[in-house]
Amino acid sequence: MELGDEPHLVGTRCSISGSYFFPPERTMSRAPGCSDATLEDVPLSRSGTLWSYTNAGYQPPDPFVARSDPFVPFCIAAVELADEGIVVLGQCPASVTVDDLSVGMAMELIFEELDRTATEQLMMWKWQPVGWSERKNS
Amino acid sequence: MSRPDDVAIIGVGMHPWGKWGRNFVTYGVEAIRQALTDAAIDYRDIQFVAGADTMRNGYPGYVAGATFAQAMGWTGVPVTSTYGACASGAMAIEAARQRILSGMCDVALVVGADTTPKGFLAPNKGERNDDPDWLRFRLLGATNPTYFALYARRRMELFGATQEDFAAVKVKNARHGLENPYARYRKAYTAEEIMASPVVADPLHLLHICATSDGGAAVILASREWADAHGHSGAVNIKAVSTVTPTFPNTVIEMPNFATDSSAGLPVPQHTFKASIAQACYDQAGIGPDEVSVAEVYDLSAALELDWYEDIGLCEPGEAEKLLRNGETTIGGRVPVNPSGGLACFGEAVPAQAIAQVIELTWQLRGEATGRQVEGARVGISANQGLFGHGSSVLVVKN
Repeated sequence: MELGDEPHLVGTRCSISGSYFFPPERTMSRAPGCSDATLEDVPLSRSGTLWSYTNAGYQPPDPFVARSDPFVPFCIAAVELADEGIVVLGQCPASVTVDDLSVGMAMELIFEELDRTATEQLMMWKWQPVGWSERKNS
Repeated sequence: MSRPDDVAIIGVGMHPWGKWGRNFVTYGVEAIRQALTDAAIDYRDIQFVAGADTMRNGYPGYVAGATFAQAMGWTGVPVTSTYGACASGAMAIEAARQRILSGMCDVALVVGADTTPKGFLAPNKGERNDDPDWLRFRLLGATNPTYFALYARRRMELFGATQEDFAAVKVKNARHGLENPYARYRKAYTAEEIMASPVVADPLHLLHICATSDGGAAVILASREWADAHGHSGAVNIKAVSTVTPTFPNTVIEMPNFATDSSAGLPVPQHTFKASIAQACYDQAGIGPDEVSVAEVYDLSAALELDWYEDIGLCEPGEAEKLLRNGETTIGGRVPVNPSGGLACFGEAVPAQAIAQVIELTWQLRGEATGRQVEGARVGISANQGLFGHGSSVLVVKN
C-alpha cells in the first residue's frame, strides 16, 4: 500500500494467517494456531465504510478530557476497512453531527489534537466523511 | 426427567434493587438469609460458597466469597470468588455447580451484590496507557452506551428497526416489572415519555438505557439426590451453564475495544459471540430454542433486547421487531422475555444481575411470579454479555 507522507494508522499482520491487529499486537499473533507467526508492522487503509455511528450526548466520565465548557456533543464512528477486515472506532471532528452520517458511507482518516499540556501535544485519529474538509470550507 | 448432571436450585433470595447507598455486603447478606429460609436450611449446612466479585467496593469486593463467608460467621467452608464482568454471577453459579457435579459437596451457596456510583460506569482511577478500558474513555470518550448505540443504529439500518420499537421494548418491560417487589423502577412508561427523554447516545434516549443499581442476589444449589432426599423434589433443575469466550475472529466491535478482530485471515465463525453464548447452553442441555417458554436477557439498552431474541434463537436475524410488534415476547404471548421487568426496571448491579436472572426464571418455573407469571412455564433461559469477552447463559427446567 502506498501511503506516501499521509498520516496513517499502523497495525501488525500475522505472517501465517494474514490477520491484522489494531492497536498493533506485538506480543504474539492472536489468531489461534499462529503462535509461531511473526508480526509485521503494516500501514492501515486511510479510508473505509461506515459500519455504524453514534454521538456522546453527555460528557463522558474521567479520564475523558472535555475540550469545551459547556460540553458539546461529538460523534463516534465505527469504520470498516475492507482490505484488513476490521472495524476501527474513532471520534469525528467537531463539525460532524449524526445528521451528516449514514451507514455505508465512505469515511476517511484525519488527525487532530486531542489534548495539550505544557510539554506535549496529544494527537488522535478521527473519522470524517470523504471530502468533508472541502465541503465544510466551500 | 432428571439426569445425573442436573443440579437443583433449592433456595433463592434477593435484596430489592435500588440506590440505597449502603455497603454491598448488607444486600448480599439479606439475599442469603432469604435463600436459606426458602431452602429451609441453616447457613452451617452450606458446604461451598461462590461469591461474584464487585470491582467498585475495594478489597472486600474482590474477595466476595470470603467477604460473605465472614459476614455469615466463619464456618471453615471453602470459598471461591469469580469475576467475569456482567457474567460474574453465572461464573459463580458454574463454580458451585461443578463442585456439586464433581461430588465434592452436596449444598453450595452463590451470592453477588453491588453498590454502584451514579451515572456512567467508569474505569478504575489512575493513568494506565496499556489498559483498553482506560484508553477508550481517555482517547475516544467511548462509554458503554456508545457501544449499545452502535448496535442500535446498525439494527435500524440492517433490519428497519425504529426508535419507537426500542421504546416499545421499554414500555413492555416497564409493564412487566410493575408488580415485581424487587424491581427498582415500578412505573409504567409511554413511548412518548421515552422519546422525550434526553439523547444519551443517538439513537438511544436516556429511558432506552438501563441505570446502575445497588442490589444483591443469592441462590442455594444442591445435588439432585440431596434435594430429593431433603424435601426439594420439586426444585427447578439447572440443565446447562455457558460462559464461553468469543471465537477468533470476532467481527463485532465490543466493549472496551478500539477495533474488531480481522476477518482477512481465518474464516469468520458460524455464530457471532452473542449467539454462541446461548448455543453452548442448548448444546449442553440437548434442548432447543423452540422449547423455551420464558427468557431473561440483558437489556442494557432496549435495542439490545431485540438482538437477544435472535441470539437466543427465538427468531431468525431481522425478525425480532416482528416478534415484539406481535406481542409474542409480552407476558401472555408465545415466549415472554424479561417478565421480571429486566434491566429496564432493575438497573444493573453487575455481580448480582446474572444471578437475579436465574432467580426470576426459578420463580417463573415454580409458578411463584405473582403479578407477572408466565403460565405453564417449563423451560427458561438467561443470557447476558459484558466487557472483555465475557458472556453467560443459564438454562433451567422444571423438574
